[in-house]
Amino acid sequence: MLEKALTGNRQYGLWVAALLALAGLGFFFYLRQLDYGLGLTGMSRDVSWGLYVAQFTFLVGIAASAVMLVLPYYLHDYKAFGKITILGEFLAVAAVIMCVTFIFVDLGQPSRVMNVLLHPSPTSILFWDMIVLNGYLLINIVTGWTVLQCDRKGIPPPAWVKPLIYLSIPWAISIHTVTAFIYAGLPGRGFWLTAIMAPRFLASAFASGPALLILFCLVLKRFTGFDAGRKAIGAMATIVTYALATSIFFVLVEIFTVFYSQVPEHVEHYRFLFAGLHGYDTIAHWMTVSALCALAALLLLIYPETRQKDPLLAMACIGVFLSLWIEKGLGLIVTGFVPSPLEKVTRYAPTGPEIAITLGVWAVGFLIITILYKIFISVRRDVDTV
Amino acid sequence: MPPSRREFLIVAGLTAVGMVCPSLTRILHAKTAVTASGIVTAVDGMTPALRAKRWAMAVVPGKCPSDCRACIDACHLTHNVPDFGNPKDEIQWIGLQPFERIFPGQTYPEMPEASKKRMLPILCNHCDNPPCVRVCPTQATFKRADGIVMMDYHRCIGCRFCMAACPYGARSMNWRDPRPFIRKINDDYPTRTRGVVEKCTFCEERLRKGMLPACVVACEEKALLFGDIDDPRSEIRRLLDKERPIRRRAELGTKPQAYYIL
Amino acid sequence: MKLYDRGKIVAGILIFVIAVTFPFWYGTGKSVSPPQLDLDTPAIQQLADKRCVEDTAFMRANHMKLLATWRDDVVRDGKRYYTAKDGRVFEMGLTGSCLKCHSNKDRFCDRCHDYAGVKPNCWNCHIVPGEVK
Repeated sequence: MLEKALTGNRQYGLWVAALLALAGLGFFFYLRQLDYGLGLTGMSRDVSWGLYVAQFTFLVGIAASAVMLVLPYYLHDYKAFGKITILGEFLAVAAVIMCVTFIFVDLGQPSRVMNVLLHPSPTSILFWDMIVLNGYLLINIVTGWTVLQCDRKGIPPPAWVKPLIYLSIPWAISIHTVTAFIYAGLPGRGFWLTAIMAPRFLASAFASGPALLILFCLVLKRFTGFDAGRKAIGAMATIVTYALATSIFFVLVEIFTVFYSQVPEHVEHYRFLFAGLHGYDTIAHWMTVSALCALAALLLLIYPETRQKDPLLAMACIGVFLSLWIEKGLGLIVTGFVPSPLEKVTRYAPTGPEIAITLGVWAVGFLIITILYKIFISVRRDVDTV
Repeated sequence: MPPSRREFLIVAGLTAVGMVCPSLTRILHAKTAVTASGIVTAVDGMTPALRAKRWAMAVVPGKCPSDCRACIDACHLTHNVPDFGNPKDEIQWIGLQPFERIFPGQTYPEMPEASKKRMLPILCNHCDNPPCVRVCPTQATFKRADGIVMMDYHRCIGCRFCMAACPYGARSMNWRDPRPFIRKINDDYPTRTRGVVEKCTFCEERLRKGMLPACVVACEEKALLFGDIDDPRSEIRRLLDKERPIRRRAELGTKPQAYYIL
Repeated sequence: MKLYDRGKIVAGILIFVIAVTFPFWYGTGKSVSPPQLDLDTPAIQQLADKRCVEDTAFMRANHMKLLATWRDDVVRDGKRYYTAKDGRVFEMGLTGSCLKCHSNKDRFCDRCHDYAGVKPNCWNCHIVPGEVK
């Protein structure tokens, strides 16, 4: 089936070429980073995790969101999702590969990465994260590919596929819970030390992931004629709406706890997040954009009429994705470090090479999605024309 | 019937894996042809190591002269700690911070400025319940039986999870190659390489040779006291029993072993 | 089973065989003499009993394993001394013990490593006396 990704029209070829170029550029800068060290990024002694880890955190959520298609279809027989669960699984594959790549480029000594397996450390959440992420990747590649193959041949999938898909449902929840535990278990970081970290991660995952999937479906409809179906898109939009509302509620709940109890250690981080500290307010500006996007998107999505209109739905989904990317991909990580344990406000700004490497990894992810979706579309075309 | 392309590829793939597998198992089961002796506490001509049940450090900042950096200079010189000249890449094993930053919970608005701004030495607390050890995915940082939280620079993958976990800001990452930035190399101690995290190790390499930590020895005012807190007759234990020491962020449950006598 | 594209496949296999056997046929006729290790250092001259930690054959085959064992013993187990097979006791350390005698890394260690194309990264951290500043 892989050969189906090697043929396509001119637009497809240009798109793939552009992604390859971006990935190549990222790779070039990664070689420079290997040579110089991580000092090539904007990270410092105080802000020791930055853009790479933030992207990883956000993308684990996107990966987990496949469960929002799988659960209704396989557990509750929601037939409308039947055609597109594979799209969700393939998105999970691409997202997990991006996650693992972002962790890899963030390591100071990447050649030693196998030490995590050679010297297993069950008390370390990063150890468990490696296991659950790779397990989830395996499950989704195997099930997605097998189901697509069987569709192509017009036969039902083999018996072992279903238990594996059932396994992917709690596994999806686990990958994002484990990632949240990376942050939520650190006694010294008041901004992250909250039990609601895992529920927040899940809520934003189930908003941003399906939002991205809706956008992908709209793109597929526009460029390939594949129609996911009004009912499926509508159901996904409903999921995004409820998940976004929940995510916003969770943030508000956090704000109450922090600002009502007024414990300085917690207040300072939120003050930095929304207003800035000591003149460093870049993140605060981003968060304003994030909040506005979220509210605008929620207002759009609340009305069923707007959910039915593709252009408005697309705008709302872009708003959701952008808002949550800013919140998880920028705000969450840096704010954990500002102020530092010694009350210092250290500025963090990603450098050019850091951004180039980040874009390169995103390009790799989009390349994988493009290839997998192209195969899917080609198979669907073969099946539908028969 | 001739094999299909799929079957051929599957068999070829499995063959390739099968050819690689034996060498993998060989690596995993490689036995070292060498064994090392057990701990020998004294050999002719070599000073015996200092041993303790639980090492701890007492800091008496009242004895620090203003503008004194003897402990920092001694430590960083002994251990080839680089000086990058900018706060972004900074590496620090022991440092000085104002009281209001180290003990913000004990600072109040009416406190005299001099007290708020008084500089105190800070270093790794070698906690009894260290969160950094808990989170390390390779056990590159680990707790020794004598209480020292140790660093294995050979194993560190530079993920910086320990830096996120440390509530005290005690750890530093080598964001670049440190060698060009070491003012004066000490041949008797290695440098580190780019991409690993480093911190104070209570001079375990000196303890092994029967010497006290460099910072303790360098302090002429005896503001730093190092010893076995588990030994009721040790100088540090007697001092701590007499005074009322406080520890940084003790409410977090990390059980830090750097005691401040203010 | 029919062999499609026979020309391309045969050509491909031929190129592969040539490439994979490159190390074998590229060096025919040339000879590179095995490395000569220089043991002439001041420290070794002063030794009454010119013996290393273990005998030459053992060190040649196992010095990497020995150093790896020493590394874990010193760093992770806090040990200090190593008892050689003949009972002599040494303090474990690359710079502290090995390089005290073999102070000419470029005419000793590097000779074999360069010949074998090995680049141990010990030197990133462990100091060769006199090499850095």
